[in-house]
Amino acid sequence: MRLHTAGTARGFRKPLVVRVTTEQLPNSERKHAALVLSSLEGVPNDFRGYAALIIQSKVDGQSISTPLIHSVRDIDHLSSGHVVVMEPLNGFIRTLYRPESQHNTLFVTERCNSNCLMCSQPPTDKDDIAALSERNLKLIDLMSPAPEYLCITGGEPTLLGDRLLAILGKLRDVMPCTYVHMLTNGRRFAWADFTSDLAGVRHPNFSVGIPLYADHATLHDYIVQARGAFDQTILGLHQLARQGVEIEIRIVLHALTAPRLVLLAEYICRNVTFVDHVSFMGMEHIGYVPRNMSELWIDPVDYQEQLEKSVAFLTRFGINVRIYNLQLCVLKPSLWKYSKQAISDWKNAYGEVCEDCTVRDRCGGFFQWSTKQRSRGFHAIPIKRDLNGMELTH
Amino acid sequence: MRSFASVTDFRSTDGSYRLLPFRFHRLDKQNEILVNECGEFVVAPIGTTETIVRRRLLPTDNIYPTLKAKHFIYDDYSSALLDVLASKYRTKFDFIHGSTKLHIFVVTLRCDHSCHYCQVSRQTVNKGEFDMPYEVAEAAVNMMLQTPSPQVTLELQGGEPLLAFDTIKYIVSIAKPKAARLGKELDIVITSNLAFLTDEILEYCKAEEIKLSSSLDGPEFIHNANRPRPGGDSYRVAIEGIRRARRALGANRVAALMTTTQLSLQHPKEIIDEYVRQSFHTIFLRPISPYGFAVKSNHRTGYEMDAFLEFYRTGLNHIIDLNRKGYSLTEIYTKILLQKMLMPEGTGYVDLQSPSGAGWNVLVYNYDGDVYATDEARMLAEMQDHTFKLGNVLKHSRAQIFTSPEFVNLLQAACNQSLPGCSDCAFQPYCGADPVYHHATQGDMIGHRATSGFCKRNMKVIEHLFSLLQAGDPDTQDILWGWVTDRNLTEIRADIPQ
Repeated sequence: MRLHTAGTARGFRKPLVVRVTTEQLPNSERKHAALVLSSLEGVPNDFRGYAALIIQSKVDGQSISTPLIHSVRDIDHLSSGHVVVMEPLNGFIRTLYRPESQHNTLFVTERCNSNCLMCSQPPTDKDDIAALSERNLKLIDLMSPAPEYLCITGGEPTLLGDRLLAILGKLRDVMPCTYVHMLTNGRRFAWADFTSDLAGVRHPNFSVGIPLYADHATLHDYIVQARGAFDQTILGLHQLARQGVEIEIRIVLHALTAPRLVLLAEYICRNVTFVDHVSFMGMEHIGYVPRNMSELWIDPVDYQEQLEKSVAFLTRFGINVRIYNLQLCVLKPSLWKYSKQAISDWKNAYGEVCEDCTVRDRCGGFFQWSTKQRSRGFHAIPIKRDLNGMELTH
Repeated sequence: MRSFASVTDFRSTDGSYRLLPFRFHRLDKQNEILVNECGEFVVAPIGTTETIVRRRLLPTDNIYPTLKAKHFIYDDYSSALLDVLASKYRTKFDFIHGSTKLHIFVVTLRCDHSCHYCQVSRQTVNKGEFDMPYEVAEAAVNMMLQTPSPQVTLELQGGEPLLAFDTIKYIVSIAKPKAARLGKELDIVITSNLAFLTDEILEYCKAEEIKLSSSLDGPEFIHNANRPRPGGDSYRVAIEGIRRARRALGANRVAALMTTTQLSLQHPKEIIDEYVRQSFHTIFLRPISPYGFAVKSNHRTGYEMDAFLEFYRTGLNHIIDLNRKGYSLTEIYTKILLQKMLMPEGTGYVDLQSPSGAGWNVLVYNYDGDVYATDEARMLAEMQDHTFKLGNVLKHSRAQIFTSPEFVNLLQAACNQSLPGCSDCAFQPYCGADPVYHHATQGDMIGHRATSGFCKRNMKVIEHLFSLLQAGDPDTQDILWGWVTDRNLTEIRADIPQ
C-alpha cells in the first residue's frame, strides 16, 4: 500500500494539508482541495480557489499562482477524499487519511520519553510538536466522511500536553462518533492533574492502549530504557481508572517478556484489574529490533506454552484477550480464537509458503518487513480448522 | 540514534531490600505459603520466609522480582507503589462501606416444625403474642432504612414467617415506598419452610418481587429426620412448596439451604444428589451452628469439626465431579473463600468477615423489637444470654444501638487483625472474626484459636482449596474459577484456550 510519493514543489513555503480530488470541483468546494492531474495538457487554465495542484508531468514556465507539486512519481494511489500533506522543501506528498481504511491514524510526534529496545518507530529528538499539532488540527477538519475508528500515535502523544487536549477536544466536537484509541506509554498519567484534564475533555468514545512488559520495575524499565517508567505507568493506569478511562494493556512478545509472561498476567489481574482487555503482540522486525536482535529474538514457537498459560490465567479471571501479529501456523490452535488480523491493513503480507494455506483468509500474515528472521513454525495449514482450532469436516 | 543502557542500570545498587507486611504458613512437607495484607500469595519451598527475613535474598534470585511484584518486599531501585497496595487494600475492604446491608426481621416465633438444630425456641402455632406488633415493625423499618447503604436486603424469617403473613404484608407495604423515597434499592426475601404456602401468598410474592428461601436437608429420610413436623412429612411439604414456588416465581427466585446434622455426615453424596434431583445449581455445605437447641440436643446433632471436614471434602469432590460431567452446581462456602483467595474484591458474606459482619453488616430485629448483632446472638438471648442484645427499636436510635456498650464490646473482638492466634495467621485475609461463636462455644468473645471449631474449619478448608489449586488439574481449575466468576464449565471453556 503506497502512502507517500514525491515531486518538485513550487509556489508555497509551509506544508499544506489538503483533500485530494481527481475531478474538477465547483468554485465553492475548492478551498481545501488539491486537484490531481496527469498533465496540464488540454486542461483549462482555471485553478482559482484550489488550495494546491498535484501534477504527474513536468510543469515549467506556465504562470500558475496556485501552490503545486509537479513531476510526481506516482499519483494512482491518490483518490478523491484522501487527505495528504504536501511538503514545500522536498516535494513529498504523504497520505494522512483514507476514508475507506479502518486503520487511520493521527501521528502526533516523533519524540518519546522512553526508548524501547524493540521500538518499531525509533524516536527522534527534534521538536516537531507544534508543527504536527497544527497539521493534525487541520487534518481533522478535512476528514470526511469521519472515520469509524482513529488511532492517535507517535512517539509519545502525552508529550503534547495541552495540545493533546486541544486535539482530543476537536475530535469530540467534529466527530463525536469516531472511536479514538491512543497508543501511549501511560507514564504521564501518573500526574493526577494531567489525567483529570484529559478525562475532563469528555470524549465519548475514547480509550488508551498502554504497554506493560513485566510484573516488576527492573525488567520493564530495562525494556523501555527508562528509569521509573514502570512505577509511572502503574500509577498512571490507576489514575486513568479513577477517571473512568477505558484501558487496553499491550504486551509485545519477545525473548525478554516471554519468560515472566504468566507472572505478568497474574500481576495484571491483581494490580490493574480494571483494564478492559489485554493484547499480546508478535514483535515487528523493524526499527530498533534488528539492532537488538540477539537479545530480543525468540522463535514464537518457543513461547507458545507461556502465552497459552498467560491467556488462560487472564481469561479464567475474566479479562478479555486479543493476539495480534502472530501467524496462525505459529500460534497454538488453542489460541486461534483470540487472534486478530494485523493492526494496520498496510502491514499484512503473505509468503510463498502461504499460497497453499487453507486459513490464509483469517490469518494476519506477517509484516512486509518481517522477512529476514522467520519462525521455523511457518507452514501452510492443510486442513481447514475453525477459529477454535477444531478441524472442520465438510 | 540513541544508545541503550544495560539491565544492571535498572537494579538496586546495594542489593538491600525492606519488608512489607506478610504472613506465612506451612502447606505441606515441601511448601510454605506467603500471604500479604491483600491476600496475594506465593507458594514457595519451605525456608523461603527465613531466607527473606534473614536478608539472604539476592536481586538475581528468581523469586526476588516475584516478591517485589506481589508487594512482599521493596528496594531502593523503584517505588514500593504503596498507593497501589493501599488501593488493593481498600478494594478488599469495600464491604465495610455503607454499613448494614442485611436486615433480618423475626416476624413471629411461631413454627409448626420442631427441627433438632433450630436456632430459635418454638412456640405453638396459635400463640399470637409471639408475633411482631405493627408498632415494632414500623420502628424496625425506620431503623433499617437509616443505614447509609444504598442497597438493603430485608429478610423476613421466623419461626415460620408465613404464619404471620399479615405482618409481612404490613412491613412490605411501609418499607417499599419509604425505600423508594430514600432512593434505596430494596431486596426482599422470605425464609420459610413453605408448609403454609398458598396461591394467595405466591401471587403476592410475585407481585411484590419477593424471593423465597427454604430448607432442604437432603433426601426424604434425612430431611424428615432433621426437620420433624406433625405428620412427619416435612420433605414432601418442602419439595411441593419449592415446585409450586418455582412455577409461580421462576426458578431463580427460589433458593434452598441445608444444615448438616450427625445423620447428614454419613450421606454427603446423597444430599448433593438430592439437590441435583431438585434442579438446584447452588448448595451450601453448612455445619450446624452451636447455638439454641443445637447445643441442648448435642447428643443428637452435635459432632466434631473433623467429621464435618471429612463430609465437606467428600462433598466438594462429588460436586466438582458433577460439574465435570456437565451439571453446574456451586458450593457456596467454597466460592466465598475462593473469591477471597483469588479475586481483588472482598465478599458480601457477613459470617466470614473482619471486621465481623455482626452488627456492622447485619442486624436482627426480633419480634419484640429487641435488636441483635446476628441471628445467632438472638438465639443466645432465647437461652437467657443477652450479651449481644444491642437495644430495642422502640427505645433506641440507630446511633444508640451502634454506641451501646454491647456493640463496643463486640467490636473489640471483631477484627482478626488483632486477635491472638489470628494476627499472625497467613490465612487472616481470607478468614473472619466471629465473637458471637466464640462467646457461645468458649465463653469468651476473643476465644482460644487452638480449640476453636471456627478456626479449625476455616484453616482446613482453605488448606484444602490451596491444595486443589496447586494440584493443577485443569478441569478443577476451570470449575473453581467458574464459580468465582459466575460462569459454568461450558461458558468458561468458551472463554479460555481449549
